[in-house]
Amino acid sequence: MKLMKLTLAAALLSATTLGAQASELRIALQSDADVLDPDQSRTFVGRIVYTALCDKLVDITPDLEIIPQLATEWSFSKDGKQLTMKLRDDVVFHDGTPFDAEAVAANIDRSQNFEESRRKSELSSITGVEVLGSHEIRLDLADADATLMAQLADRAGMMVSPTAATEAGVEFGLNPVCSGPYKFKERVAQDRIVLEKFADYYNADEYHFDTVSYLPIPDTTVRLANLQSGDIDMLERLAATDLAQAEGDAGIQVASAVSLGYQGITFNVGNGDKADNPWGKDNRLRQALSLSLDRDAINQVVFNGAFAAGNQPFPPTSPWYSKDFAVPARDVEQAKALLAEAGFPDGIDLEVQVPNTTIPLQLMQVVQSMAAEAGIRISLVSKEFATLLSDQTAGDYTASQIGWSGRVDPDGNIHQFMTSDGGINDSKYANPEVDTLLNTARTSNDQQVRKESYNAARAILNEDAPIVYIYHETWIWALDSAISGFTPYPDGMIRLKGMKKEEG
Amino acid sequence: MLSFILRRVVIAIPTIILISIFVFTLQKLLPGDPVLAMAGEERDPQVLEFLREKYRLNDPIPVQYLTWIGKALTGDLGISLRTNQPVLELIGQKLPVTIQLATMAMVFAMLIGIPAGIFSAVKKGTVIDYIANVVALSGLSIPNFWLGIMLILLVSVKWKLLPASGYVPLSEDPIRSITVMIMPAFVLGTALAATLMRHTRSAMLSVLSSDYVRTARAKGLVERQVILKHAFRNALTPIVTLTALLFGELIAGAVLTEQIFTIPGFGKLVVDAVFNRDYAVVQGIVLVTAVGFIFMNLLADVAYVLLNPRLRKQ
Repeated sequence: MKLMKLTLAAALLSATTLGAQASELRIALQSDADVLDPDQSRTFVGRIVYTALCDKLVDITPDLEIIPQLATEWSFSKDGKQLTMKLRDDVVFHDGTPFDAEAVAANIDRSQNFEESRRKSELSSITGVEVLGSHEIRLDLADADATLMAQLADRAGMMVSPTAATEAGVEFGLNPVCSGPYKFKERVAQDRIVLEKFADYYNADEYHFDTVSYLPIPDTTVRLANLQSGDIDMLERLAATDLAQAEGDAGIQVASAVSLGYQGITFNVGNGDKADNPWGKDNRLRQALSLSLDRDAINQVVFNGAFAAGNQPFPPTSPWYSKDFAVPARDVEQAKALLAEAGFPDGIDLEVQVPNTTIPLQLMQVVQSMAAEAGIRISLVSKEFATLLSDQTAGDYTASQIGWSGRVDPDGNIHQFMTSDGGINDSKYANPEVDTLLNTARTSNDQQVRKESYNAARAILNEDAPIVYIYHETWIWALDSAISGFTPYPDGMIRLKGMKKEEG
Repeated sequence: MLSFILRRVVIAIPTIILISIFVFTLQKLLPGDPVLAMAGEERDPQVLEFLREKYRLNDPIPVQYLTWIGKALTGDLGISLRTNQPVLELIGQKLPVTIQLATMAMVFAMLIGIPAGIFSAVKKGTVIDYIANVVALSGLSIPNFWLGIMLILLVSVKWKLLPASGYVPLSEDPIRSITVMIMPAFVLGTALAATLMRHTRSAMLSVLSSDYVRTARAKGLVERQVILKHAFRNALTPIVTLTALLFGELIAGAVLTEQIFTIPGFGKLVVDAVFNRDYAVVQGIVLVTAVGFIFMNLLADVAYVLLNPRLRKQ
């Protein structure tokens, strides 16, 4: 009898717990993450996994304001050359190592000096680190660096266990140890990354799943089918063309946020011999191409209107967007006039290289037909992405359809592309005035000064048009309708805090 | 016997060396800088240079080859440039997955193809024969990726009968492992089933018109016995040979099927590795596959010798 009672009680208990909330969350990603070491990794999907695995010094709000995470408060010295941070004192890494100022110092040292580190340039402004107390630290900077906080809100600010990092060295990524709400359990390449809840997390009550699995499913249709069949709970990057189908399914909810990145056409204006052609030399031609495009129509045709039309490195929703240069309306006559002015009254040919995947090809076919009406005869050369990138870096192109995933700080979307010695300036655009403006914006902590510098740079870049911006992607997530508490962020990350799934 | 095997092994060595050189060179001809693919969006010049040094990409290609083959001889196939996992470990993880897929697909192909072939041969010229032929032809001509997606939409999304994609290891949960593999194995197996059906049909037809079948019938045997016992047994020889040959094709066909159903197998590994310019993984896979094929051939040769004493004298 006693046994029966016990069994009954146990059954009831398990029924209530199971019936209330799912303990597992399965998330489908568009591709497999690379090495799981914040200092070594480089993929977008890797960052999604880190959001649960590795806490950062600071985080962002959906409006891109910097908020505390492992650092509770911070301040810059008057000249902007010193950043003092206070740290949480109730945090331990997954291996039990306590998190303190020494750990932060070790992490910055690793990001800067570990030979495999990809974070060196992101933290290059830091010249010294001073541990002020057990949970207080000061970073000394070569010059004021407006982008630093945003860097610390991403991989460069992720804290890994110094003990584990020293022990594992290059192999840290095979068994990452951080201090996030979830710890690493297992990984099968191309199949799954499984994390389990970290019981000693300082804010563990806000995280409601015991395990979280990330499953790479590259095909968008298959990703959605998995959600519809109930094999996964949520997915990232739903194809805009699948939006109607997902919205029509009662078991699915959709969330979205305009991304921080952009897509457009980059012109070779000074990168080797191939820049020596009318398109590289005459900005009127590039302006004409821009005017020949109906960006809203492109958005409607290719993306079912789900994305955002754009003409700048920042989306129109961004506070850094220059309102002086709104997205231009299509003006075929003006485009033709510009071509005639540049000496091509009968039209001109243009070869554009484009990644050989569906979306870029569709985009460029629409662009091709719009440009044709203005007399610009575009021929498309589709290339596999790695090849396209190589050719672009080497200057072996006239125009290239490419984009950028975007960064929290506006500097990340423009400085390295448009300054004379910028690391990703594949068009080799060089204008001393733009250099000065963008450097000013980078080294000032005064938002007003920054905004004015970007606006002034935009005025010049709009005229020179080394990149013709076309649209901004919107991150679209599809979730099981039983999930609550998900907040879309423009950085495309999936923050699990407060997320629950009712089990029905 | 021993000298025969030794001779075959010695002959295999130059083949393997040639294949490894071929693959290595071919890969270097691929456009696209692996270091750019590895460095990611930021492309810090410092990082690019470091990676070139680390993976010895600045060395002349023959030197790169010798370094690689030297390590490979000691069993070290290097690590994946993308995930830092040892290549050998990756291969060990993926190979059983593809073998399971291929085996299940083969079972499907045989279950569908052979009976259909027998039926259409026996009922030659009837409606059944035509239907079987049309089905076989569609099996050959319907593209894998289309059939795969249609099945997912119908069976998983609409009827919710089978999981849409993914993989569970046999050792973890055998039933779920097989359930997940049913659709991919079916998709992979259909084209083969069609081939098998056509071959079974023609083999059966030729046997059915032979004298001993007529004799069997004249003896007054039941038709079922004539077909299954007398005719089919003799038609089986070419079918078995074909089945063995098709197995290699299956492994190749798995590449596409694994992509559609997101099965983390050998095919997906190699495709992703090529796109990511993960040289170490591509080279490792090709080397292991080549050695595997040569070994299988060697086994087959040895088996022939064992079965046929006449060959031993040569």
